This record gives sequence, C-alpha cells and structure tokens, in this order.
Amino acid sequence: MGWLVRAARSTATGLVAPLIAILISVIATSLVISISGSDSGIGDFWRVMLSAPKDQTMVNIVNLAGELYIAAVAAAIGFRMGLFNIGVEGQYGLAAYVGAVFAGGMFLPGPLNIIVAILLAVLTGAAWAGIAAVLKVYRGVSEVITTLMLNAIGPIIVTHFLNRYGQQTGYEIQTKPIGRSSWIAGWAPFGQDNGQIWTLGLIAVLVGAGFWLLLNRTRLGFDLRATGASATAAAASGVGAKKMVVVAMLLSGGVAGLVWIPEFFGGAHTYSSATFTSNLGFTGLAVALLGRNRAGGMAFGALLFSWLTCQSDALQIQTDIAPQIVEITQGITVLAVVVAYELVQRYRAGAEQRAVAAVLPEAVSA
Amino acid sequence: MTATMVSVQQRLGARRILGLSPLTWVLVVVGLVLVPLVRVLTSSTPLTATTTFTAAILSTAPIALAALGGVWAERAGVVNIGLEGQMLLGTWGAAYFNWYYGPWVGLLGGVLLGVVGGLLHAIATITFGVDQIVSGVAVNIIAAGAVDFLSKAFFSQITPNGGPRNLSGLYSLPTVNVGGLDTWLSKLNGRHWFLVSDVAGLVGSLISHVSVVSLLVIALAVLSWWLLRRTTFGLRLRSCGENPAAAESLGVNVYRYKYVAVLVSGGFAGLGGAFLTTVASSTFTVGQTQGRGYIGLAAMIFGNWNPFGALGASALFGYADALRLRSASSLHALLLLLAIGLLLLTVWRLLRRQLRSAAVNGVIGVAFLLWFLLTDSIPKDLGGMTPYLVTLLVLSLASQNLRMPAADGKPYRKGSAG
Amino acid sequence: MVTSETALAPLVELRDIGKRFPGVVANHDVNVTIRPGTVHALVGENGAGKSTLMKILYGVQRPDDGTVLVDGTEHAFKSPSDAIAVGIGMVFQHFMLADNLTVLENCVLGAERIHGIAGKARAAFVDLGQRFGFDLDPDALVEDLGVAARQRLEIVKVLYRGAQVIILDEPTAVLVPQEVDQLFTNLRDLRASGHSLLFISHKLDEVLAIADDITVMRRGTTVGEAKPGSVTKRQLAELMVGSELPSPETAESTVQTRMMLSLAGVSLVVGERSVLDGIDLTIHKGEVLGIAGVEGNGQTELVEVIMGMTKPTSGAIVLGDVDVTAMSTRGRREAGIGYIPEDRQRHGLLLDAPLWENRILGHQTQPPNARGPWIDRRGARRDTERIVEQYDVRTPSIDTNARALSGGNQQKLIVGREMSGDPVLLMASHPTRGVDVGAQAAIWDHIRDARKAGLAVLLISADLDELIGLSDTIEVILRGRLVGTFDPTTVTPAELGTAMTGGHD
Repeated sequence: MGWLVRAARSTATGLVAPLIAILISVIATSLVISISGSDSGIGDFWRVMLSAPKDQTMVNIVNLAGELYIAAVAAAIGFRMGLFNIGVEGQYGLAAYVGAVFAGGMFLPGPLNIIVAILLAVLTGAAWAGIAAVLKVYRGVSEVITTLMLNAIGPIIVTHFLNRYGQQTGYEIQTKPIGRSSWIAGWAPFGQDNGQIWTLGLIAVLVGAGFWLLLNRTRLGFDLRATGASATAAAASGVGAKKMVVVAMLLSGGVAGLVWIPEFFGGAHTYSSATFTSNLGFTGLAVALLGRNRAGGMAFGALLFSWLTCQSDALQIQTDIAPQIVEITQGITVLAVVVAYELVQRYRAGAEQRAVAAVLPEAVSA
Repeated sequence: MTATMVSVQQRLGARRILGLSPLTWVLVVVGLVLVPLVRVLTSSTPLTATTTFTAAILSTAPIALAALGGVWAERAGVVNIGLEGQMLLGTWGAAYFNWYYGPWVGLLGGVLLGVVGGLLHAIATITFGVDQIVSGVAVNIIAAGAVDFLSKAFFSQITPNGGPRNLSGLYSLPTVNVGGLDTWLSKLNGRHWFLVSDVAGLVGSLISHVSVVSLLVIALAVLSWWLLRRTTFGLRLRSCGENPAAAESLGVNVYRYKYVAVLVSGGFAGLGGAFLTTVASSTFTVGQTQGRGYIGLAAMIFGNWNPFGALGASALFGYADALRLRSASSLHALLLLLAIGLLLLTVWRLLRRQLRSAAVNGVIGVAFLLWFLLTDSIPKDLGGMTPYLVTLLVLSLASQNLRMPAADGKPYRKGSAG
Repeated sequence: MVTSETALAPLVELRDIGKRFPGVVANHDVNVTIRPGTVHALVGENGAGKSTLMKILYGVQRPDDGTVLVDGTEHAFKSPSDAIAVGIGMVFQHFMLADNLTVLENCVLGAERIHGIAGKARAAFVDLGQRFGFDLDPDALVEDLGVAARQRLEIVKVLYRGAQVIILDEPTAVLVPQEVDQLFTNLRDLRASGHSLLFISHKLDEVLAIADDITVMRRGTTVGEAKPGSVTKRQLAELMVGSELPSPETAESTVQTRMMLSLAGVSLVVGERSVLDGIDLTIHKGEVLGIAGVEGNGQTELVEVIMGMTKPTSGAIVLGDVDVTAMSTRGRREAGIGYIPEDRQRHGLLLDAPLWENRILGHQTQPPNARGPWIDRRGARRDTERIVEQYDVRTPSIDTNARALSGGNQQKLIVGREMSGDPVLLMASHPTRGVDVGAQAAIWDHIRDARKAGLAVLLISADLDELIGLSDTIEVILRGRLVGTFDPTTVTPAELGTAMTGGHD
C-alpha cells in the first residue's frame, strides 16, 4: 500500500508544474494575439484550438505524437544523465535517409527488408551521435556544440547524396521508393479517406516501455540516473564516466534513428524533401523538457504538442491568426514548465526538511 | 615556498598580451605567413584577394558579435546557448524597425529584441535557477516560433517587398572608404607578390567600403576587453563567474551583475542578427542565422573566453566561410592550409612529448593532405559544411588547453555565501 | 588592553536573535555581547547554530527575531555590504576566494571605492601586509596559494575594508599546530591594535588559549558565558554538549599479520606537477593507518588512486593478494573496499534521491541491491531499513531525500552503507568532519568495532586528536611524499605538525 500512496503523491506534485506552465502559456499566447493586431480575437483562437478535432486531424495527432514521443525519449536518455544530446534532429534525419536508401533497394524479402532497414537507421543515428560522444570523451568538447554542428552537417550530406544518386520526379529528387511488399498497412479508424494510424507507431510504445524499464529497474539505468544526479558521486560509486557518456549517446542516437520510421513505412515510402518531416528532433527536445524526461510525462507532452500543431492548421481557414502562434505557445510552455518544476522542487525540499524536523524535535541545523 | 615559485614561473612563462598567451600570438604570426605560402603553392589567388577579405569581414562580424555576447554571459557564469535565438530575434527586430524607422533605429531594434531574448534567459536561469542549457534550448524554441509568427503577422501585407517569411529592400548603413589608398592597395593586391600583395589585400578590405557596423564590432571587442579587464565593473562581473559566493560575501550583488551580463549578451547577439539583415544583405528571411549563434559560442570557447580571442576565432570561421562563398578552388586550397597547419601542430606536440595528441593531429593532418592531393575540387554542395566542420575541428584540437570561468554554467542561489 | 570591564560600552550586541529555516529553528534567543579590543570566543558543537549566527551578524542572512547593535546603534543588515560599512568583516571557514583571480583582485573585489583597483590599491595592500606581518604577492593567482596563505589573504581582505570587528569561523580547522600559533600571534597583534575578534571554534584548548570572553551555544541558543581563567575544559564541554566530549582513544592493538593493502612506488604526475611521489605503504588486517598532512598535499589524490578514480602514473596497488592497479573503481569496490569520501555531498550521496537509492550507490552490482542486470528494489529498501535502525539514522522514512537530513545523519548513512557487505578495507576521509558529537562518537565506535573484526582502515583526517586516537600507525604526507612514520602512542600533535610542514626540531 505504501508504494500506492507514494505514487499518488508524486503524481500529484508532478502535475502541479505542468498545470502552472500551461496556464502561463495560455495567458502569454492570448497576450501575443491581442497585441499582434489581428481581426480575430483571443476567443476565436481558443475556440478553434479547443474544438473537437476532425477525424483526419485525430489520426494526424496520434501519428505525430508517436514520432515526437520517440524523439523525446531519445533526448531524455541523454538528459537523464546530464548529457545534452541536442542532435536528435541531425541523427534522425541522416538515419531516415540511410534507412530509406536501403529499404528502397529491396535487397531482401519484404519483412526482412523492413527489419534490416530499421536496424540500419538505428545504427546510423547511433553512429552520428557517437561522433559527439567520442569528441567529448577523448577531446573534452562539449556535446552541446558538437551535436549542434552535426545537426547542420547532416542535411548537407544528405542533400549531396540525394542530388547525386536520387531519382528526379517532378520538382523533387527522391530515393528509390520501397516496393509494395515492404509497405506496412496502418489502421484506419475513420475510413481510408481520413488516413491511417501507422502500425509502426507502436515503436513509440515499445521505446517508452523500454525507457521506463531501463531507468527504473536496471543497474545500467541506475548508473545513468546517478550520473545525471551527481557526476562526482557516480564516479566515486564506480560508474565509469567515459563509458557512460558513450553508452548513453549511442542509445540516444539509436532511438533517434527510429523517429521517422513509422511514417516512412506507413505512408512516405520514399525520402525526399517533400516527404520528409523535419524539425521533429527539436520539438522532441521540447517534449522531453515538458515531460521532465519521464516516460509518462513525455507521453502527455507529445500528445499536447501534437494536438497544438495539428489543430492549428484550422486557424488558417477559420481566423486570420497565423498558425505559427502555436510555436510560441509551445516554446513558452517549455520555459514555463522548467521554471515551475524548479519552484516545485524548492517547495518540496522545504516540505521534506519540515518533515524531518517533525520527527526530530531537537533538530537544529547550522 | 613552492606556491610562489609556481606563480612566478607561470607569469614568466605566459606573459599575456591583450589577455592572449604567447602561443596564440605565435599561431597568429604563423597563420599570416602560411596563408600567402599556400596561395603561391596552389596559385589560388582568391585565398588572399581583397574581395575575399571583404566577404570574410561580412561573415565574421555576426559570428564575432555572438561570440562577444557569449564572453559577456559566461564571464558572469551564465552559459547562453540562447544566443542563436536572440540573434534570430535580432534579425526580425532589425527588419521591422529598419523598414519603418530607418537603418539606425533598425540596428537598435535588433539589439532591443536580442535583449528581450536575453531577459527571458536571465529570468529563467538567474532568478529561478533553471539549468542554463535547458533554458537556452527553450529560448531558442520560443525565438524561432516568435520570428516565424511575427514575420507572418507583420510582413505578409507589405507589398511588394514583404512576404510571410521575408522582407527585402531594407535601408543600408553607411560605409567607410579611405579614398585613393584603396585603389593603390587593390593594384598591389593584383600583383600577387608573396606576402606583400596578401597583406595589401587584407588591409585593403579594412579601408575600402567597409561598413561602419563592421568597424563597430572591432570597437565593441576593445570596449568589452577594457570593461571586463580594467574596470571595477568588470572585476565584479568576472568574480560572479569565478566564485559568486565569494563575490556575494564581499557585498557584490551577484544577481544584478549576472542580469546585466546576460542582457548585454542578448544585445550583442541581437546586433549580430541586425548585421545579417541590414549589412550582410538588405533582406530579412526567416531562419537567417543558420546556426551562427552556435558557431559564435564555439568561437568564444576557442577564443578562451577572451574578447580578442573570440574576435580572432570568429575571423577564422568567417574566413573559411568566405572562401566557400568565393570559389570552389580556394576551398580546395583551404584543405592544404589545414593540412600544413595540423602537421605543424603535430611537430609542436611531438616536441612537447604529447604523443597521443600528436598522433591524432598527425592522422587528421595527413588525411587532409591526401584529400588535397587526390582531388581537384570539393563538390559544391558540400561546401556548406565548411564553417561547421572547421568548428568541430578547431574545438577538438583546442579544447584541452582552454580555461573556462570556474563557476560557468552553475546555477547560483542568493544567500549561498559561507 | 581593557583596564576595566565596565568602562567601555559593548561594541557589538546580539539580542534575542532568532532564525528559522523551513522546519528547522537554527537560532533562538541568542544573546552575545562583544567588548571592544577583545577576542571573544563562540563555542559549540557542529550544528549548534554558530555559523547561522555569524551569517546574521555579517548580513548574509536576516534574523527573524531580535536585534543587532553595533556601537549602541541598531542595524538591520540587508547584505554583507551593510555589515562591511559599519566595520564588520568575516573570514569564512570555506575560503571565499576566486581561484582564477589574483591576490590583489580578490582583495579589492567589492571594496573598489576605497582605492580603486590599480596602483593605489596595490600600495595600500602591500602596506597592510607589512604592517600586520602578512607576506603575500599581490600578483599571484589564488589557485597557487597554500591553505595558510589563503587564510592570511582572507584576513587582509577584511582589514583592507577597515573592519573593526573580525569574525573568524573555525579558522584553525585546516591549520597545523605551528600555523595555529602563527595565526594566534597575528590575532594578538590585531587585538593590540584595537580590533575586536569573534572567534568561532569547537576546539576548547584553542579557545582557552586565545579568548578573553567565551560564549557557549547549544541547540541554537546561547547557554552560558565564561572567562578562560575561571573555567575548565571539562566544564565548557558539559555546557556545550551536556556531557563530556567523546574521546577517540582505542584500546589494545588488533593488528594481524595478513597484509590487506599495499602500495609500492605509487606516483601520480598531473601536467608537469608531481602530485604523488613514490608512495609505499602497507595496511594489515585489523590495522588503522592514519595519514596526517596539511590539506592539498596529495591526500585526495592518494584516495582517488587507491579507489581507482585516478590512474597512477607508475607503481602498483595490491589488495589482499590481487594486483588491482588496472582495475576499475567498480571492480575494487566489488573486491571489498568501502569508501567514506572527504566531501560526502559531492562524492558520497545523491542529495535529491531517497535514502534507499543512496543505499544502492557504490554497491550497484552487489546484493542485496541487484540481481543480475536488474536493481533489486525490495532488497535495497529492506537493507536501508536495517542501516537506519542499526546506525541510528534519524529520518522519517527511507523515502526521504538525502538532502533533508542533517550532516551527521547523512554521514551515519554513508558509514552504514560502506560497512555493509563485509568490506576488507575501509577508506575513511575525514569521517567525522562537520558532524555533531553524538554522531562522531557513534562513527568512532563503528570504526573501532570493525577494526576488531579484522577490517583494515586507511584514515585521513585533519583532526590530529582523531588520528592519534584511532590509528595504529601514522604516516605524514608532504608534497605527495610520505615523510615520516609515527607511533600514535608516543607522538604529540606538535611533533606531527612539524613533520606536516616539513620543519625540523
């Protein structure tokens, strides 16, 4: 029973911060709309955003949330050990291209083709992140800067190879599309006209469960969290700091490699600048921060951000507010949530000290 | 005692000029000779042409402004990767105010928006003690969204110059030209004499049609150095980055100095953004910074948290960027330049018996040399990687000899003294 | 000197001071009166509230109740600047210096108004140094200074601001006896020149040697005043802790013949500096080997090398009969090394994790914390309950975060953890630093019991009484070398001090 009470209490305190943050971002967004001088008012904005999504939008929300969730988990693996893999964006981009090229080649029969392509994508993401790990471990370069630089380099390499080896179709250059046997049909809850929920979106669920299990139940996860909580204490406890950086970075990059996989096999079937969804890495970072790098929190964050993005499309039609407004909403939510967490944390530390003092009436601290 | 002996040795061994170590000065001089040498060897005249240097100045300035912004914030102990976002805000602010109020107000508008971005970062990190990297990431997300939204909201209806993602035809700022001398230097540059023509190219670029804002950047570097190194204000600001608890115990208002530093930092980045829209071009586009804020951060690190170092490192990045823009052949020549530089560094490391570093440097150096010898040119669409690759290369070679402020990146809470 | 006690009005008066932190009353009803031109000692054990009181007097923290009077005028300090302005200065226990700034920069920081930061300031600094006998190079970087020099700089900083009242928080904690004598000479000179000194300590011999007046604090309040001439050490101790101070003495030797740890020619070079230089030492089963030395002479690195956190440049480390030189920290811990780190908050605990997770730290791979690659939460929790019970860790629950516990209870948890799983060697760095008397006595008992059961202990401490009391052998470390072996039954603190500073008698 004790664990139930503890879980309930930690969930309750865990919810305070996001709620405060959402409130702040609602106010801030409303302010921006009111001063940006559009004819539509704040009311119109929230009416559109909070209306029940159309069937097709519903499908889009679920699909996008899945991708964002994978990206968020990728970032969170690093964050939880105090390692800032800002490079999810570059890692999944390169991985998507490599996976697409291999899958398009159809070197192997259907299902095997899919599995190997996914593995290749994972390896590519891990390798790209691994560069940052190696530079950090052996040359002492901050992973923040290296991953940002790798983010810039990745797309240039992809474009180069795409231009050189891709197929010209209309205005776009694309990789060779995958054969029918490697398509993965999705689930169309509202009929085929309203789109499919990608089957491989289940990867998000697996990744989330794996992440939770790894961090909370395994030795490796404990080492990872210990390093994040106190690098010095972790080192003294026998955690090899360098090995940990490499392991976490490879894991993080590997998961990043999965981000675009559901969409590729479920709908895109080829990689081109038109089919590829960029920016998921950066939004994924935001989702990780919003969900405080917790498996459950990030699921909530992914759905929220996906909702905002997909619903905002309707702003274009029903109001004259630029849909880009939700990017501000998202950004402010993230900043507000980290601030709110900090405040909740301080409050909790104080409360706990009071609790300690309550059992020890004679306690006096210097 | 040993303690005093060590300090005497250190001071004799590292007599710093303008805060830069003798080694750095040696590198600068070597670079000054090496570049003309490679120019002669590869007969790639664009390497030191006046036009290249002019382009380099335009590439350098925004990076340098971001780097100086980084120096300000980090000297006070706040890591500001929000520079990129602040710069981005600066591009929009400069465009908006330039369009409606003219070029000078435009510059100020860029600075103002940068300061707003800095303020967000300052509130989160200083007042609320949020992790500085996390806050920086958040600021960048907000800034990207804000610029996207603001340009759509404010520039869409401007015809024909505007659009949801751009605004062209901005007013430009005056340039400075030392009449007569510039044509003479340009002629000298055209003779392709070893060293003489090369220096003429460099000097020429600094006096012919150089933007007042570019000159302002140099002035700001000098001013930053003087303020941080030679004034009470600077001493207090630096003390916040070295040991804020000590500073507070001596009556320094740590929060106030950190706030000032981060706001100035945002302002510098904002000015960098303004430079991009109004000096380097006359057009605003969404996402114009292209990671220059991050490169500026790298330049600051490579410049060892020193304003002049940051300026010098930015010039290095700017030069590499200019070569890429100028011609494919000169980019190819840059490979040889890098190879020779790396091999010289290898020799130096060998002399100091730093065998592992020497090996790493040597391998990379030989790789560049082979790349140069075995190819005739670099694919055009790969040229865009230059600034990012140079950043990675430079940081991975230099990181270990650098020293960041002791309390850099660590949240500080008031009342922690004692 | 003061001729008559009633002749002069008090210089500083603290009246009914109270200060509460979340859930903790740090000070209540504190009354202290300091006469001009005297050394006033404030004694009390760790956690008695001395430091909080000093921070209030120096304006770092504001009192919730009570008044601070200086020269008869009431002051409400908002920040240290206000305190500095009325002539109060403070030398913190943990030095408040920026390593990467010069001596002069550290001195003038915050006091630039007096002489600027350049030539005039330098002249004033040099002048002060000469006047009070502090030898300091204004252009040296602080990171190159030793402990004693840093402390001198701290005192000069205070004088530079023209302080009349100087607070010294545990100034002798890091000094060897000879340096303490030098410090006391400086302090007497300062007193003679009219300064008042507030000297905080829990070392009663020193207090009796230097103080004119003594105020005793206990559990956050002042419980008595005394004059050095009319009070004994024992009486003071009873005022302080309500009983006699515990003594670290051990009875008969339990040293066995089997060798547990041996270092042969261990050296460590960092950059071009030799931090450890040819260390040879041996610890047998049941033996406590004490390492004495001024801080920063290689003790930290010695521990890190033995723990495997730093690889030695040369030399061999053998645990039992296994050469562990190339083994990882984790491997060594699994082989039975327990580790009580010098800085428990940085190296021993995850402050924002619950106690039961802290039980796992350092023993991630061993039962009862792990089963294969999995963490055994139930096992870890159960064993944490055991430690809390056996080692008397005062906490509401094992789900409490480590940060909320007092220093003494944090340390008891660490000791309990490191004694679990039958270690063969215990590395104990300053095991009782900053803990209250009760916890101190308990920790000493645990070390003594384990030693009797055959544990080998490497004990590093700045507290020479602790070293002499607990050790079977004492080695002195100086500039990374072991420079002398002493028998604790015959050696005096002064002899150790001489060896620690490289002097010869």
